[in-house]
Amino acid sequence: MTAASAPGNLVLLAVLLPFLGAILIPLFGEHPNRREAVTLVTAVALVAAVSGLLAPVLAGARPEAGGLEIAPGLVLAFKVEPLGMLFALVASTLWIVNSIYSIGYMRANKEPRQTSFYVYFAVALGSTIGVAFAKNLFTLFLFYEALTLSTYPLVSHKQNAEAMRSGRIYLALLLGTSTILFLPAIVATWVIAGTLDFTPGGILGGKASGAVIGFLLALYVFGIGKAAVMPLHFWLPAAMVAPTPVSALLHAVAVVKAGVFAILKVVVYIFGIETLSSSGSGDWLVYVACASLLLASLIALSRDNLKARLAYSTVSQLAYAVVGAALANPTSVVGSGLQIATHAVGKITLFFCAGAIYVAHHLTEVSEMRGIGRRMPITMFAFLVASLSIIGLPPFAGTWSKWTLSLGAVDGGRLAVVGVLMVSSLLNVAYLLPIVARGFFVPPADEKRGAIREAPLPCLIALCATALLCIVLFFQAEGIEQLLIGMIASG
Amino acid sequence: MIAISPQLPILQIVVPLFGAFVTGFLRRGSTAFVVALVVSWIMPVIAGALLWQTLTSGPISYALGGWAPPWGIEYRVDVLNAFVLLLVSSVGAVIMPFAHRSVASEIEPSRQAWFYCMYLLCLAGLLGITVTGDAFNAFVFLEISSLSTYVLIALGRDRRALLAAFQYLILGTIGATFYVIGVGFIYLVTGSLNMVDAAARLGPVAADQSRAIIAGLAFVTVGLSLKLALFPLHVWLPNAYAYAPSVVTAFLAGTATKVAVYLMVRFFFSVFGVAIDFRALPVTEVLLALSIAAIFVASIIAVFESDLKRMLAYSSVAQIGYITLGIALANQSGLTGGLVHLFNHAVMKAGLFLALGAIFFRLGTVRIGDLAGLGRKMPLTMLAFAVAGFGIVGTPGTAGFISKWYLAIGALDRGWWWLVLLIVVSSLIALVYIGRVVEVVWFRPTSSALRQAADPPPSMMLPILALAAATIYFGFDTNLTANIAAAAAKMLLGGLR
Repeated sequence: MTAASAPGNLVLLAVLLPFLGAILIPLFGEHPNRREAVTLVTAVALVAAVSGLLAPVLAGARPEAGGLEIAPGLVLAFKVEPLGMLFALVASTLWIVNSIYSIGYMRANKEPRQTSFYVYFAVALGSTIGVAFAKNLFTLFLFYEALTLSTYPLVSHKQNAEAMRSGRIYLALLLGTSTILFLPAIVATWVIAGTLDFTPGGILGGKASGAVIGFLLALYVFGIGKAAVMPLHFWLPAAMVAPTPVSALLHAVAVVKAGVFAILKVVVYIFGIETLSSSGSGDWLVYVACASLLLASLIALSRDNLKARLAYSTVSQLAYAVVGAALANPTSVVGSGLQIATHAVGKITLFFCAGAIYVAHHLTEVSEMRGIGRRMPITMFAFLVASLSIIGLPPFAGTWSKWTLSLGAVDGGRLAVVGVLMVSSLLNVAYLLPIVARGFFVPPADEKRGAIREAPLPCLIALCATALLCIVLFFQAEGIEQLLIGMIASG
Repeated sequence: MIAISPQLPILQIVVPLFGAFVTGFLRRGSTAFVVALVVSWIMPVIAGALLWQTLTSGPISYALGGWAPPWGIEYRVDVLNAFVLLLVSSVGAVIMPFAHRSVASEIEPSRQAWFYCMYLLCLAGLLGITVTGDAFNAFVFLEISSLSTYVLIALGRDRRALLAAFQYLILGTIGATFYVIGVGFIYLVTGSLNMVDAAARLGPVAADQSRAIIAGLAFVTVGLSLKLALFPLHVWLPNAYAYAPSVVTAFLAGTATKVAVYLMVRFFFSVFGVAIDFRALPVTEVLLALSIAAIFVASIIAVFESDLKRMLAYSSVAQIGYITLGIALANQSGLTGGLVHLFNHAVMKAGLFLALGAIFFRLGTVRIGDLAGLGRKMPLTMLAFAVAGFGIVGTPGTAGFISKWYLAIGALDRGWWWLVLLIVVSSLIALVYIGRVVEVVWFRPTSSALRQAADPPPSMMLPILALAAATIYFGFDTNLTANIAAAAAKMLLGGLR
């Protein structure tokens, strides 16, 4: 193994590790402790492999691996660039935390079919890393579809009528959009540009008219249904029927972020932000994303079911990142990248808390959670921290993404967008903080149930860890920004 | 070995014919099975050697009985038919181990040897159609394969198999008759039955005999469309597939219609296309319209079929639509897509039908209502079904995606946006009928009636797994499939006027 090829091997290792874990997990199906140990070891090894790539990427290298040419245009290859690096780092780190949480949640709830749960989870993570490290649109598409297929059994996990129906919506919407819109967009890109490689500066510049670019952008944005841009968002609330660890890692981090990530990659490396902003073909997307951002927040206000409220909040927060991509200037794109990381830690904490409340007290509706803060003080404190981060207040991580996105809007000369972001922050306050207030200040209906009872220890450890990350990322934001600027600089 | 290699084209036919002759005298089913197995496994070796020869040293011409063409019968092997030979013989070879247990359970002992005899005859016929360069000789082999197919279908245990076989006999005979009338027109104009020779002679007389040539083209097209089950001439297929023994269905789905498609491609591009500009005729438009109709109508019917064999049969009609769509596009990417789908669909659909055969072997039924929760009882079988099924849908990472990719590019090269949209939308209909099965077998509670069910014995399991693995393998390595299909497409399009 020469020094030059070492990072390349690490890339392959990172993609393959979760799949290897998925093969090993069922071998220990009879021994839950060893089975979960396999998941944890895999997750830790994955983080080690991914972090090993950080230094070279920061130094400006772009480690590559693979390169299997299947047919003209279809090349299976990986290449690590800053945005993918960040996404893989976030997803793999949170996988460790989420696995710890899952142990507590799945066992305390006595969920059936836990072995297949962990297997599909590992496959989903492997697919996520594949999406993050994809060198070209085909590889991204391949793992994007694998991610849909591997998470479908997790959505249908309960196997009752509601879970089956939600699973069908999930599959139909995600596979439907990707097949009808995303795939033709890829075919068209290949026919127009003659390559599908993600290239700094884009590959469509000067090769297609403004109208064609606008049309292609629409195909990509709506074809990548995982980004949940309205009106193609309703698979996400439906997917909340899954066990909470799935909602937490997959439907707040891996799956939805894979969508936003793919849109960002397409904007930066396929269209090129120069091409997009100079042709004005992305303007419509700014409006659509802003509408999605506000509407989803309003719907979140009206939802009493906690997970449904969080799901609409996710739809809204994803739209922030899409706005950043649509503005197509260097600052806004970095803001979108930041949003991927900061929203991830915030939203996973909120879902962990929702799951903890369900495990400890079997409560799902916000209206039932009076006085929950007195019974679960640690959980609700973590909920508060994460809420403030989502709203975008210092000293929590979300501050920086909102700030950078606003700067990007100013750079793009769109003060109205800044206004939208501000209004949305107020809406975030309105749908998140009353939950905390009700939990701490309204006395519980039943005084006997007032004793402190937190969720199982693994759940508690996990949600504290992610809440802590919300604070740590506030102070580490500059490092992330440095990483992300590499994405623009090379363009 | 060196002495054998010039004789390979004829060995491809003589070995299965001789095998059929031998099994015809046998009484015991298992002895006949051994003969059929040995013959089936020799076939892909010969086909592989032929493909190798054509790739390294160009087309092979073999004068039957030493009579020089065009007077004698010529066996002519180029990249295209070597590719089809390899496909047909490989499907036969992979399926054969499955046959032993399946045939033993589905066919009466006294008729088992007879089954293998008919099977080998059918194989010989199909390989003969592919290998020959003589239009009338192709008709003879077409009849050999058809007659043996009627018998094979009628061997099905369900009494409706007799009716299905009879229905196919009527329609298949009409198809063969149309074909031979078309060949008669060509003979009328050129005085030759050798395809290469006839094509060369057609050119000079094209101007003043164009009506006869077009009539010949029309008869051949309609006749072969019946054999390859092009919508709306597909009515014989669902019943034939549904009531035939499981092995027969898998074999026919992977080979019979494919060979008819091959013959159509041969006539379009190597005979008529050389003489006249057939792209100026409405043939491609008609073919395009019928292909799209096949894809949509048959897929939608498949969604509503509760008998899985019938469901897959309608799915086959739809998938044949993709193949003929590629022919109708008649450009490099489109034709490559059609030809590669010929291969990919054969592999995937044979795998699906074998999986159904395994289910039938265990449960005696393939109605979707009886299969709830079967995934936990027959995990490997149902996993293979899901993999091959997603191949039919065209999920990336499977062989089916490669076909759709080439077809979509072929459509865009023509500037037909709407066709790309139709291709991707239609694959979602496939998702519905495949996904429905996956959901029932994996996500429903196992019914108590399935307590005894388990994966079939290895001789049946391995062929199923091999075909499922091939579905994924050919989604990543396309040297054998798309690259050869592209070479064949280039050759075919290069010969066009």
